Amino acid sequence: MPLVRARKVRASLPAGPPEMEQTLDQPRLRPVDATAAQARLSIRNLDFFYGTNQALKSIALDLPDKQVTGMIGPSGCGKSTLLRVLNRMYDLYPNQRATGEVLMDGENILSPDVDLNALRSRIGMVFQKPTPFPMTIFDNIAFGVKLHERLSRQEMSARVEWSLTRAALWTEVRDRLHSPAAGLSGGQQQRLCIARTIATRPEIILLDEPTSALDPISTLKIEELIDELKRDFTIAIVTHNMQQAARCADQVAFFYLGELVEVGDAGDIFTAPKQRRTQEYVTGRFG
Amino acid sequence: MTEMASHIVKSYAQELNRLRDLLVEMGGLVEAQLATATIAIVEQDVDAAARAVEQDPAVDALEREVETFVIRLLALRQPVAQDLRQIVAALKMTSDFERIGDYAANVAKRSIVLSQFNLSFKLSGLANMARLVQESLRLTVDAVGEADAEKAIQVWQSDGAVDDIYTAIFRELVTYMMEDPRQITPCTHLLFIAKNLERIGDHATNIAETVHFAATGEPLPGVRPKGESANYAVIRPREPRADGAAAMES
Repeated sequence: MPLVRARKVRASLPAGPPEMEQTLDQPRLRPVDATAAQARLSIRNLDFFYGTNQALKSIALDLPDKQVTGMIGPSGCGKSTLLRVLNRMYDLYPNQRATGEVLMDGENILSPDVDLNALRSRIGMVFQKPTPFPMTIFDNIAFGVKLHERLSRQEMSARVEWSLTRAALWTEVRDRLHSPAAGLSGGQQQRLCIARTIATRPEIILLDEPTSALDPISTLKIEELIDELKRDFTIAIVTHNMQQAARCADQVAFFYLGELVEVGDAGDIFTAPKQRRTQEYVTGRFG
Repeated sequence: MTEMASHIVKSYAQELNRLRDLLVEMGGLVEAQLATATIAIVEQDVDAAARAVEQDPAVDALEREVETFVIRLLALRQPVAQDLRQIVAALKMTSDFERIGDYAANVAKRSIVLSQFNLSFKLSGLANMARLVQESLRLTVDAVGEADAEKAIQVWQSDGAVDDIYTAIFRELVTYMMEDPRQITPCTHLLFIAKNLERIGDHATNIAETVHFAATGEPLPGVRPKGESANYAVIRPREPRADGAAAMES
């Protein structure tokens, strides 16, 4: 059980005998310690440049295993750039370069030797706008899997069902798997993109403002999905909606002008942040 | 703490200022109520006593206004960080102020009864205690109005003196009662009055703790400074054992 949920359950229990309270109270009083969970990904001393313009300045951040890290900050603060670095999206563009280390299983994924296709199957990404391929719902999911694995027809069907179920879309599309994905609603398309991302069974999922184009109910469905997915995946979500970061994230990182200003337990960031700039941003005093 | 930038949404900033103003108004009201009640005891002034009691409904009305406003702010603004702390703090402080108002009214009511007795002694100890508590309450209201954590610490540290003077008055009154049984009724009222003043000091200290947390995000460190407790002036219970076992056995 995730520590946050365990604490919620614990808080709702009636008081036990005093000697028991004493030991039980300790984890409850202490915020989720990001260092306690093993880091799935460690960013060390990361600088990033668009040409001569430095967009990220010596970032150091861990993504704790099977937790959600929320990244917040005003436009242009570097949070989306950071996500783009984490699965080497910037490689597609000339004049963009990253220095420093992003360690996954001790391997620096910024190294030129890294197989990008293999990397992107381990670190999946979902974008702000739903980006279904112009093909059927089934093929949208099968497409990425075929690049990495050879599966029988039966295995592929099972994989598609598994992904759609995990993305909370299966019951809505099971009868029309072979109709075009473009016919789905915006919220369904976004869940399809999440299903497509998890179909290759990545270890880390990067979400770049996944609900900014969605209505409130679809947004809540995606948030519920994030809560479900963190049992199996490590998640990083960039969001402009601070309430969303408060609702979804275990750990929150605040970026400003390419710097990581503060990172901490979500409860701390939204009740008593340590840095004044964080305080002013989350309360709506600047940004 | 350095001054925060103002909210981008001005109406939100105005609402937070209004919340603070309401609490300061409430604090000012109970301060006046306590001052009037003090005059009522020390000068045996029945009119002052009546005025202090009559102020109570206004304090209660302000408490309801703050509560309603807080619920509205929580629902509509979804506050975070120091805004959240300020708003939740307001909810706690308003009930502390309301209790202070009740205690002041109770002091005033007892002073009316007291005025019917011929006291064989001076009330200088009680006047002194009332002055201390008033001073502490004044500082508390200032701390609330200025969100001043330093002033909050001063209030917090001054409560021990109130406890000490309460214990002295307790002993003094017990002596008068032993000397002359006719003094038992007025002295009992005076004991309650002193106890009420002591409780007012405690609530002021609660408010100071809340102000400190709202302003800094940190609770005040360690155990509240306590003077000698008059509750135990005659019989002192056994100290709890270091291993935490209850001192109830055999």
